[in-house]
Amino acid sequence: MKPVVAAQGISKHFGGVQALRDVSLSLHPGQVRSLVGENGSGKSTLIKILAGVYQPDSGTIHLDGVPCQHLHARQAVRAGVQVIYQDFSLFANLTVAENLALNTQIQSCRRFVNWRQVRRIATEALAKVGHEIDLDKSVADLTVAQKQLVAIAKALLHDARVIVMDEPTTALTKREVAALFRVIDDLRAKGLSILFVSHKLQEVREISDTITVLRSGRKVAEGDASQFSRDDLVFHMTGRRVETGTPPSRPGASQVLFEVRNLTRRNAFEQICFEVQRGEILGITGLLGSGRAELALALFGLEPVDSGTIRLEGRDIRLGNVSEAVIAGLAYVPEDRTLEGLFPPQSIERNMAIAGLGSFANRFGWLRPGQLRATVDRWMKDLSIRAPAQQTAVENLSGGNQQKVVLGKWLAAHTKLLILNGPTVGVDIGAKVDVHERIRSLVEQGLGVILISDDLPELLSLSRRVLLMSRGRIVKELTCESLDHDALAAELAELE
Amino acid sequence: MRKLLGQHEFYLAMILTVLVIAIGLANPAFLTRANLFDLCKSSTVMGLFALGVLIVLTSGGIDISFAAIGAFSMYVTSRLLLAVDFQGSVWVAFLLASLIGLALGLFNAVSINVLRLPTLIVTLGSASVFRGFLLAFIGTSIVNRLPAGMIAFSRRTLFEQTLATGETIGLSFSFVLYLLAIVAVAFVLRYTLLGRGIYALGGNAEAAERVGFNLRRVQFFIYGFVGLLSGVAGLVHACTMRNANPFDLVGTELSVIAAVVLGGASITGGRGTVLGAVLGVFLIVVINNSLILLGIPSYWQKVATGGVIIASVAITAIRKDGVRHAAASWR
Repeated sequence: MKPVVAAQGISKHFGGVQALRDVSLSLHPGQVRSLVGENGSGKSTLIKILAGVYQPDSGTIHLDGVPCQHLHARQAVRAGVQVIYQDFSLFANLTVAENLALNTQIQSCRRFVNWRQVRRIATEALAKVGHEIDLDKSVADLTVAQKQLVAIAKALLHDARVIVMDEPTTALTKREVAALFRVIDDLRAKGLSILFVSHKLQEVREISDTITVLRSGRKVAEGDASQFSRDDLVFHMTGRRVETGTPPSRPGASQVLFEVRNLTRRNAFEQICFEVQRGEILGITGLLGSGRAELALALFGLEPVDSGTIRLEGRDIRLGNVSEAVIAGLAYVPEDRTLEGLFPPQSIERNMAIAGLGSFANRFGWLRPGQLRATVDRWMKDLSIRAPAQQTAVENLSGGNQQKVVLGKWLAAHTKLLILNGPTVGVDIGAKVDVHERIRSLVEQGLGVILISDDLPELLSLSRRVLLMSRGRIVKELTCESLDHDALAAELAELE
Repeated sequence: MRKLLGQHEFYLAMILTVLVIAIGLANPAFLTRANLFDLCKSSTVMGLFALGVLIVLTSGGIDISFAAIGAFSMYVTSRLLLAVDFQGSVWVAFLLASLIGLALGLFNAVSINVLRLPTLIVTLGSASVFRGFLLAFIGTSIVNRLPAGMIAFSRRTLFEQTLATGETIGLSFSFVLYLLAIVAVAFVLRYTLLGRGIYALGGNAEAAERVGFNLRRVQFFIYGFVGLLSGVAGLVHACTMRNANPFDLVGTELSVIAAVVLGGASITGGRGTVLGAVLGVFLIVVINNSLILLGIPSYWQKVATGGVIIASVAITAIRKDGVRHAAASWR
């Protein structure tokens, strides 16, 4: 069958960086192709070239077999290429109906809005994805999954024949991912061509017919989905065999570091009790909305608590007070590091020093720059943060290195218990292994870690004990013996 | 009904109703026809400005220069018409003032589009430029004898009625202009693609461009239209005051913006309705008016206005996100 879109020998550079080197890719009707690769491998550049947003330095794009020398965004849209970006390009302040119909209204060169027509267009569009969403709801009030459906419906409105989805499952629950996959199956059956861009390898193998792997701007592997195992994909993406590693063994004499007793907050979590030993990494998992995120925030004092106690090294810590938690030795690494954990335009040095500023000051409150620099230097080396200098702005670092800066910040503050909430979300596999290695070496020094994650391989490679949360309660404790990927996945599936 | 309850305008209207009844009970003079006409007249100039501010805020921008544009247009128009000893219709004055306003507004639009500067900086600067230019080159003296057409306009009233005291009361004709402007802006925002483009721009500029809006054109409309409305508002102000004072109007910017925000417009763009802005302006006018009627020193007006604005925005924030978030947000 003839491909709808075929890119041939595409190269593209930005400044001195070669983003793509001689990459070819074709999309056939009725087929789902996945494009995988680490951050910076050239995935987004390739998408934008297919959409006509960027012009390649060399190579051609064929639309229905016809070569296009300079593909423009409008041409791509006319040929039926639609990209659903991660931000969905929706208007949060407008209603579902208007989001769907706006483009049609503009293209028909109208001056006035016909609200009846807007509703009709929107109803038709949603029917195509087979879901019902209140047309008058403003998009801001939708769930991520619903927003995604609206974005897909919008793409279909423009007679899409190729839909490119950029990391579509990032913020979806398992059930929502399943629903999305049903929509994709449906589109495939209708003869559409899908380019599924993702780093979630499990999902990639589940949904795709074919897979293309990019690494450092080159196509390193391509073929039927069935011929790749998870490890193969990881190998092609990183260029090395990555050992997932095993959890650190428990220290001989167990010594309770952190105790949580009957912690309760109405409508969030109830009667939470657990202990963390010195040198232990305790895993906590559960579905989105199980209360695990609220629990993490509450432990660090970021959210109020109705009742219960928490103790570190036998001393009670006042609840609902962040500065007290920090002084006591608690640290929290948030899921969304750029938003909650870092000052992106500031230097690595300043970001790392911020939580423990007091320890770099003399008794008059003056900072001692020499000591500060030496400490930051040491942590950068210990954590193997790759950056040109201490003065580099954190926003210029990769996700993995940013996460290490967040870790470093708390190490500089003499932390005893580290609460990690999704520590490697959006981090490359290579850097992920690196971060894991750091976490392991931290607990060897006697830190306790609470690891909240829904990344099962991550939990398995770090924790010997995992608590399962559902509807605000700890419903199960899985230890070493009963802990493997299938058991954990089965437990989670049961909760759905 | 549930939809109605979720709306900011509904709460605003409730607050306004309760306030009007309470003040009416405290001082019966408040609910007289004469005072109601007066309230309408008082809200006209502020309301015209507010309609412009609403459009700018909805688009995600901010305009500080509208008061300076208003003062500039009305003073230049008055001086010009006096200089040629113009005896014709007031509509010529309105045309002139709105064209001057439009030109100054387009000056803003060009600066914003060509220099790609934040709207706050551009309009902060241009406000100073317009005002300085006016005082340095046009004049600083108050014009006390306005052209005949403008005086006639200021005397024109609707629903005239002679009271037992022999005093004649009526609704100022300028209020009709305000009503027309309300209908026009509401129509543009709700039923034209341009209007929807303003919401789209305020919601997500990048997506607005992707979906096919010509953002440059939308912005030229916004700032040009604000200038035009400000010119009209300035002239209405001069007619109402029966003089043209180049020092007037400037200094009222923040209370107009506050009234629009009180009406539910988002300071970060994307949200705002004409009904809300009109209610917001009216609420502030009622508070100011009633404090005078109740014999409270006028300095308290500022305190009361500020308090109402903070309380109203707080109520919306709490209702929207739940008390917990409102409480957590300051931490």
